[in-house]
Amino acid sequence: MTVLPYLVAAWLFLIGCYGLATSRDLIHAVGCLAVCQSSTYVLLLAVGYRDGGTAPVFSDIAPGSRPVVDPVVQAMVLTDVVIGATVTALLLALVVQIAKRHGTVDPDELSELRG
Amino acid sequence: MSRGLRRWVLALGLLGTAVLLVLAARGLPAFGGSAHPYGERAVHAALDRHTANTVAAVTFDQRSFDTLGEESILFGAVLGTVVLLRQTRDENRLPPQPARVSPPVRRYALLALPVTLLVGLYIVAHGQLSPGGGFQGGIVVATALHLLYIAVDYRALERIRPIGLYEAADAAGEAAYVLLGAAGLLAGTAFLANVLPYGTLNTLASGGTVPLFNAAIGVEVACGVVVLLARFLDQAVEIVSTDADADADPDADADSDTDADARSHDAAGEEADT
Repeated sequence: MTVLPYLVAAWLFLIGCYGLATSRDLIHAVGCLAVCQSSTYVLLLAVGYRDGGTAPVFSDIAPGSRPVVDPVVQAMVLTDVVIGATVTALLLALVVQIAKRHGTVDPDELSELRG
Repeated sequence: MSRGLRRWVLALGLLGTAVLLVLAARGLPAFGGSAHPYGERAVHAALDRHTANTVAAVTFDQRSFDTLGEESILFGAVLGTVVLLRQTRDENRLPPQPARVSPPVRRYALLALPVTLLVGLYIVAHGQLSPGGGFQGGIVVATALHLLYIAVDYRALERIRPIGLYEAADAAGEAAYVLLGAAGLLAGTAFLANVLPYGTLNTLASGGTVPLFNAAIGVEVACGVVVLLARFLDQAVEIVSTDADADADPDADADSDTDADARSHDAAGEEADT
């Protein structure tokens, strides 16, 4: 099955979207967004994999002696993980304020506007 | 839109997306294949510039402009959290109480703290040689400081964490990255170009500007995470709402209570639906 890793990424994205759309709790929704985001990590790493490849770090292997996996996608995933963590923190900060101002974290109960 | 109708629209959308994703997956190059044109070129470019860790070479040399954007997102997210979680007019700040910590936890955390700090600094410093770098090492350093909260209590953490200093250092890390980039302009080439001598492959002084960019990012990530966690911990430990008859639940800032509330709301909602 050469498409299985791509399908795993697609499944993670869809299940995250499902969780986001049906969420009754904003903290749960932020968690679902993190699941959606992790689907991109799986997809990128799957695209960069090479059979028999090792980490693209030449401190302990001689250049050219072994195939290495694609470092470009790894660099993208690396920065994405850190950004994902801080953006999650920002969203959770919003949830803290919503819980304080409205006394609920259920998105369905946040329909009214307040000045 | 009613809940039932909403579920149907969602099911339709998810199904359509799933079909498109499966079709796209079949068109992608086979998993584990040997054709990686970008990867091969990136490895060659990294070795040309004597950087053993090609991932660091991609992040801080070949795609350093992209990394500037990403660290600006990080900076913006930290800034946004600081603004959102500030102390408001109807809130008071209580001094944190001393807490009892069981001796094994205290021993382990105090033992792990210096080791974790050293590992974090090692990971930042060796970013151009081995897996790691400023992003990963910065997180480890920030975690090390918070072991003091686990080992002793919040007052001890506050003593080693003058928050203004960390906020300034966070901004300084971001500024250092931009200024290092501008050094390329002064040297007569492009913004963020690798202008320093490349050194010898697999030694600490290799990779030109890569170790310096790593250090700048390390400072920014470590200080940013410390500031971020400080704001959340302040909300949990120090800040209390003074006006008890506000429409919000007075205990709403305690996480467990909010969760319990949400769950009871959930239950009520489900009953109303059926």
